[in-house]
Amino acid sequence: MGAVMAALSLEARRRLSRPNREKVDSDLELSIVRHQPEGLDQLQVQTKFTKKELQSLYRGFKNECPSGLVDEETFKTIYSQFFPQGDATTYAHFLFNAFDMDRNGSIRFEDFVIGLSVLLRGSVTEKLNWAFNLYDINKDGYITKEEMLAIMKSIYDMMGRYTYPSVRDEAPSEHVDKFFQKMDRNRDGVVTIEEFIETCQKDENIMNSMQLFENVL
Amino acid sequence: MAAGVATWMPFARAAAVGWLPLAQQTMPKPPVDKTSRSDEILFVNVSGLRFQTWKNTLDRYPDTLLGSSEKEFFYNEETQEYFFDRDPEMFRHILNFFRTGKLHYPRHECIQAFEEELAFYGIIPEIIGDCCMEEYRDRKKENQERLAEDTEAENAGDAPLPPDATLRDKLWRAFENPHTSTMALVFYYVTGFFIAVSVIANVVETVPCRPLKGSIKDLPCGEKFSVGFSCLDTACVLIFSCEYLMRLYAAPSRCDFARSVMSVIDVVAILPFYIGLVMPENEEVSGAFVTLRVFRVFRIFKFSRHSQGLRILGCTLQACASELGFLLFSLTMAVIIFATVMFYAEKGTKGTTFSSIPASFWYTIVTMTTLGYGDMVPDSIAGKIFGSICSLSGVLVIALPVPVIVSNFARIYHQNQRADKMRAQQKVRQARIRMAKKGATNAFLQHKEDGGLQDGGDGDSTAFCVKNRSAFEHQHHHLLQCLEKTTNHEFTDEITYSEVCMMDSMGFRTSRSTSLSSQQGSTTTCCSRRAKRRAIRLANSTVSVSRGSVQELDTLHVTKTPVGTQYPQSRSSLNARTEDLKLNCTDYTAAIISIPTPPANSPDESLPNSPAIPGILRNSRSSTFNTQETVKISSL
Repeated sequence: MGAVMAALSLEARRRLSRPNREKVDSDLELSIVRHQPEGLDQLQVQTKFTKKELQSLYRGFKNECPSGLVDEETFKTIYSQFFPQGDATTYAHFLFNAFDMDRNGSIRFEDFVIGLSVLLRGSVTEKLNWAFNLYDINKDGYITKEEMLAIMKSIYDMMGRYTYPSVRDEAPSEHVDKFFQKMDRNRDGVVTIEEFIETCQKDENIMNSMQLFENVL
Repeated sequence: MAAGVATWMPFARAAAVGWLPLAQQTMPKPPVDKTSRSDEILFVNVSGLRFQTWKNTLDRYPDTLLGSSEKEFFYNEETQEYFFDRDPEMFRHILNFFRTGKLHYPRHECIQAFEEELAFYGIIPEIIGDCCMEEYRDRKKENQERLAEDTEAENAGDAPLPPDATLRDKLWRAFENPHTSTMALVFYYVTGFFIAVSVIANVVETVPCRPLKGSIKDLPCGEKFSVGFSCLDTACVLIFSCEYLMRLYAAPSRCDFARSVMSVIDVVAILPFYIGLVMPENEEVSGAFVTLRVFRVFRIFKFSRHSQGLRILGCTLQACASELGFLLFSLTMAVIIFATVMFYAEKGTKGTTFSSIPASFWYTIVTMTTLGYGDMVPDSIAGKIFGSICSLSGVLVIALPVPVIVSNFARIYHQNQRADKMRAQQKVRQARIRMAKKGATNAFLQHKEDGGLQDGGDGDSTAFCVKNRSAFEHQHHHLLQCLEKTTNHEFTDEITYSEVCMMDSMGFRTSRSTSLSSQQGSTTTCCSRRAKRRAIRLANSTVSVSRGSVQELDTLHVTKTPVGTQYPQSRSSLNARTEDLKLNCTDYTAAIISIPTPPANSPDESLPNSPAIPGILRNSRSSTFNTQETVKISSL
């Protein structure tokens, strides 16, 4: 009887430990992959941040991601915490792709800081370029209606359910139609970077709001 | 919000640039950060041990002592450091919490000292990380139990009764704490004596005495001295009944007393006697009656009131009930397996004692517990083989280290408990996360209602109605407002949302919603934005007003209140804003003029009264309508 019980428990323990071992291996792998950023001076050249700002940024970054890399899941978790009412994961996905410039699935500190430099210290054209890059999901130089719809839906998802007035299903596509009406000059169904920048520069509101986030850091 | 989130705030705000080309309204101004942005190293002196840390590290948790301005009370000007007269060893853990975001519980520390430190620094113990949470909980439970025992022992009975105690209280106290008075002690010993007498009588009753004169058969003493024994029994039962009734009378809560274990034992002990009185002298019934007499042996359990040890044993058994149950279950499994095997193995043998599987149970149990009575013995070879396997495994089960198996069971049990605990902790954590989210959302909604959207940041006027909010919260709220502006929708809470849903279903809103949505394409001037904000807020109120227009006015007022505490503020802010309107916007003079006109009885009648101003006709109409309705409400 005891033999039976022992055999049963052994089997269970083996089954339990087997996935653990695999996980341990993969954990080992992940901890080996680490990233050290380029030197402080190089980053100072590439971005418009001062040394102190870069130091402070890196301290925060390293504290959150000791391995020096942010993967998409962590990114989504972090970004979702800012929008407790809605679902920010889709938008975070697009944002991740916009920051991850070499498309290797993780954001290094350089990507992070270069992106921030454009957003906070760049010229209006650079910011608009960045925004266009965000909307252009497949990075082919054109924003199609489908891409814009995906982005718009993800933004509306962040609002969540409890909004006033409540978000109707057609709201994102209506918004997209308005956007295209404004931006698509030659009515060819896509927005190119020139159309985008031209229209934005003509719009006073957009130009004024571009300076909003200058003093973030 | 979690710690690391503060670090990513600049990033989240920067990423909001991506919404700017899509926004349909202008973005609100960002909060002005008056504090210096550069990071500095702070010195914290805790009873002589000097710690240094970045200011940013401490700012991560603004609701703790170190993260808020509360630490300024401890600032020492001469030495330019923060001095705390607390335990430096503990402070290490506190500071690590700020650095890593995880709070660990040091195992060698006293749990109460740790909790006191946490309370001082404003950290709630619930955020202890998973690695240390179980240890913390176990220690805390242990501590609480010990404290409870101590207080119970203190309270239990040595304290003198209050002078106005009734007879009931005195009696109850005498019963529960016999050493308080002499009478109680006497009663205690008397009952104890009678319990012993009753039990011994039950035992001696069955001993064979010398037979009566003239007969050969040995009689049990109970039948020989039946009169004596029955007198004894009656006396004992009478005493027990009296005791029970007195306890029942004296008990502060009769229901609880009647349900307690001791009272059940009391009842079971005296019941056979009364049933015997009631039952007729019937042959077949008396057989059952005899069985009932067995219950008299339960009187021995009455000793547990007199013996602490028995009570502890009972508690232990109660605590280990599930483990014992599992042990029993596994034994039953084994018994069934082996009994089946033996039955089928011995089926062929002639005249075998293994007549059925239940009959084989007896053999299996006797063999496994290594008793081996020998009343059932296998004959066939297969039977003998399986019989030997049975006895060997019985040895393994019982004779081999029982403590090892018991501890294994304890470990598995704790593992399962841990799984349950983890699940419970998960639930608690999810609930906490939900509450934190709700808290963040509520903070944002409250901030909006407090007039946080005022342009130009006239912080002075709103300062006294807005509680001290950290820079982080300001930035977060600004971010959420930007999102609202981009999508042209507002965040609300569940209550408002469900009300609005009800409105949708009642169809009152259709006209209003079209008028509102038509405003979306309008040019975004400061006035229309402000008016739209008010219109949206008031549409909320008007919606409920129009719903209640057929109801009594007082019930109208009642239905307004659940929409929220925003109500009184919106009224006051509305009054404040009408002034602004007059100064800044010429478009709404129509609105101002129409306020003094007597409000119409029904909302629809008022509509044609508003003057027709081209271009923003719908704007003004809806706002006049709204202002009129608001006036109507305020006259209630």
